[in-house]
Amino acid sequence: MPNSQILDERRRSIGFGDGSGILCDTNSVSGAVSQRACVYCGARVVLNPITDAFHIVHGPIGCASYTWDIRGSLSSGSELYRNSFSTDLREEDIIFGGAKKLAAAIDEIVGKYAPKLIFVYATCIAGVIGDDVDAVCREAESRHKTRVIPVRSPGFSGSKSFGYRMACDAIMRLISPHAGAAKTRGVNILGDFNLAGEMWIIENYLRAVGINVVSTVTGDASYEALIKMPSAELNLVQCAGSMNYLARRMEEEFGIPSIKVSFFGAADTTNSILRAAEVAGGAETMRRAKIFTEQNEAELRSFSERYRPHLEGKKAAIYVGGGFKAISLIRQFSAMGIETVVVGTQTGQPEDYETIGTLVSGDAVILDDANPSELETFMREKGADILVGGVKERPLAYKLGMAFCDHNHERRHALAGYEGVRNFTREIHLSMNSPVWDFLGEMKAETSPAFH
Amino acid sequence: MLDLTPKGLSERGALRVNPCKTCQPVGAMYAALGVHRCMPHSHGSQGCGSYHRTFLSRHFKEPAVASTSSFTEGASVFGGGSNLKTGVKNVFDIYDPDIIAVHTTCLSETIGDDLNAYIQDMEIPEGKRVVHTNTPSYVGSHVNGFFNMMCGFIKYLSEKTGVPNGRAAVFPGFVNPGDMRELKRMLRAMGIPFTLFPDTSGVMDAPMTGSYAMYPRGGTTIPEIAALGDCLRTIALGVLTSEEPANTLERKCGVPYELLPLPVGIENTDRFLMTLSRLGKNEIPYELEEARGQLVDVILDAHFYLYGKKIAIFGDPDTALGLTSFALELGMVPKYVLTGTPGDAFTRLAEDLFSRYGAAGCVARASADLFELHQRIKNERVDIMLGSSYGKQIAKAEDIPFIRAGFPVLDRYAHSYFPIVGYAGAMRLLEKILSALMDRIDRDAADEDLEAVM
Repeated sequence: MPNSQILDERRRSIGFGDGSGILCDTNSVSGAVSQRACVYCGARVVLNPITDAFHIVHGPIGCASYTWDIRGSLSSGSELYRNSFSTDLREEDIIFGGAKKLAAAIDEIVGKYAPKLIFVYATCIAGVIGDDVDAVCREAESRHKTRVIPVRSPGFSGSKSFGYRMACDAIMRLISPHAGAAKTRGVNILGDFNLAGEMWIIENYLRAVGINVVSTVTGDASYEALIKMPSAELNLVQCAGSMNYLARRMEEEFGIPSIKVSFFGAADTTNSILRAAEVAGGAETMRRAKIFTEQNEAELRSFSERYRPHLEGKKAAIYVGGGFKAISLIRQFSAMGIETVVVGTQTGQPEDYETIGTLVSGDAVILDDANPSELETFMREKGADILVGGVKERPLAYKLGMAFCDHNHERRHALAGYEGVRNFTREIHLSMNSPVWDFLGEMKAETSPAFH
Repeated sequence: MLDLTPKGLSERGALRVNPCKTCQPVGAMYAALGVHRCMPHSHGSQGCGSYHRTFLSRHFKEPAVASTSSFTEGASVFGGGSNLKTGVKNVFDIYDPDIIAVHTTCLSETIGDDLNAYIQDMEIPEGKRVVHTNTPSYVGSHVNGFFNMMCGFIKYLSEKTGVPNGRAAVFPGFVNPGDMRELKRMLRAMGIPFTLFPDTSGVMDAPMTGSYAMYPRGGTTIPEIAALGDCLRTIALGVLTSEEPANTLERKCGVPYELLPLPVGIENTDRFLMTLSRLGKNEIPYELEEARGQLVDVILDAHFYLYGKKIAIFGDPDTALGLTSFALELGMVPKYVLTGTPGDAFTRLAEDLFSRYGAAGCVARASADLFELHQRIKNERVDIMLGSSYGKQIAKAEDIPFIRAGFPVLDRYAHSYFPIVGYAGAMRLLEKILSALMDRIDRDAADEDLEAVM
């Protein structure tokens, strides 16, 4: 935008070719058309994929309805998590308190089913009307002899990434009683949510090279698998933004070390498999990992070469949730011959922005918590051909006449691993090279190249 | 996904499972988007604004722009006054709307923020406007939010100058842009000067031009809303949605109103057009008579496929009532008519319709959820389901043909461009219902029974 139109409060959150010192992990400016969500949203997206849990949202109906079956996380077992349970607080509950209703809602569930695990999300209103959600959960737990875990997630109590932390606290509360279990060989995968089956892809890779997977967090997770988490010998952390905190606590409290991984893009996938093999396996695992990754990369090469002429020289903009994904995407685009010219995140941390700064060219725009006007201006200014983002960015990109790929809840295909590179490349190609772009703007006597 | 649903119905006092409604603010946001160059503003945590925009974007497949007060811990203790003040200033500075429409959230309502006082105290740039409404999420549903926001605009903006402008004020109810376009087409055909308020056509169905307009061409303008006070009469469509704003306009400016059902189906559309005809003293033009005749013609052609078929209808109150009325006109049995929005009036109106058509054994439920609908369907099946996208899980679990209509439809494209109101909307619904029923016949037909002609 004309530089003068950027809010003063926003200037420190925008960098040019340099990500160090970008102001991030703060609340949005009042009056901003923020693309970002709240603490509850952060907690909910992390825990939602736990398939056999009852997720009860304690608040008015909105918070439950907006998060009903939206993540696209797949399950190999229970489909319970895809239902919406809430206390649907009404005016009288606001006046007299909602704790009783919450206790009754838990009783109604326990009365009908035999739940192993219930999460109770405290929304904005629970704290403000003084409901002691922790106490209700504690009492229900002892009354029913089943796990009832509070998630402290009032929307106003911080940013979305604070919500990730609250989700991690809930997971710790769930697994801590099982800390004494005997060690098993194998790893936990933290920070993949099995969107379009991505966790399964990662699990298959690890299995192929001989690494046992103990528990997946939280993609395709179940109560029985989660409580085995403390017995693993290593944590692989993918979505660092949401799971670093959990990994740190598990290291401190259970002595389980962790390494960072990313299964987005061929290079990151290969590095992650090799690194996991190095840390979690012996010489044989390493040998298999090398063969496996070389084979997969070789197979991918001919695929990529076919698409490269359609993609080379294009420019991409990225606006995603977390920093780790942005970093993987920049690398992935470079591998396709596409330059990233705008990159932003909702919840990136200072170290993410520093890394981003080292990956992009000197005049690329780096922004934290961007709003649509900023995205529009910078994408236009930099001539981006495609935007990678989430549901709110999709229609914006289209209105700007720009191709789009959803790398969030509405992704159509798995985007992780080597398969993911294929899917991602196809999607980028499909959106960027669709004939629909020929029809933009004014009417023409001849539009279709077929008539030339 | 729904294999846990038990057949036995039991009273649930505390637990809501798979809702058939959402909260007020998203309705307020949608209403505000139907005002030209308006920025909806969510006075609460930033999650609210983000969720509502996402929800609207998923339904309309369009950008839904709105700003937020971004409440923090501090604001929730000391009040959100300074957040709103900063927010409004920033919105005018950066996004330059003509008007900001503030709605509250459960948080700002519960801590007792006084929006009237905040807005009176703030500096508003020359020629710009700020209006507000209260939309506590724990009262009513998104439908309440929609009409509360309308009331907010009317209270702040509508004036009676004493010079009648000869126009009809038309309140469309919570419907899609495609419906608003059809309403306007009928009004023009009837030769009635009118103001449709709100009007999301041209906003939430804005065309692709290759450039992004934060404020597209559509929407009721501020002068038009001001002039509602000089209108001859209000035609309020949707008895459970539009009465409150019609009443507000009558109290403030003395504009009498006529409350009508949403014009879905033959009789409801007839009533709408007859009202317009009386108001404008105009004959109903051949164009509309022809459309009605065509509709009846097709119903007659296909009535064997429709008569006695059991249908489950669920969604927003006035939409569900309109669809029920049309289903009865088709000779179908609206076995279950259900809304998540609270209010006994809904059940009463639905039961009136049942008894007028002598439809026995039909159940109407307000303040209900889709878990209950599923349980009822398990007890007695229906032949077809009609409602929002969230019915698809039940339809799949029970293998029932399913048609989407109403709000929200999150899993199909282009639906918001077409009407369900008017004869044109009825024709579209009819085609959808028939295709769903007849596709099912084909699917289940033995090879020797599959007919090319039906």
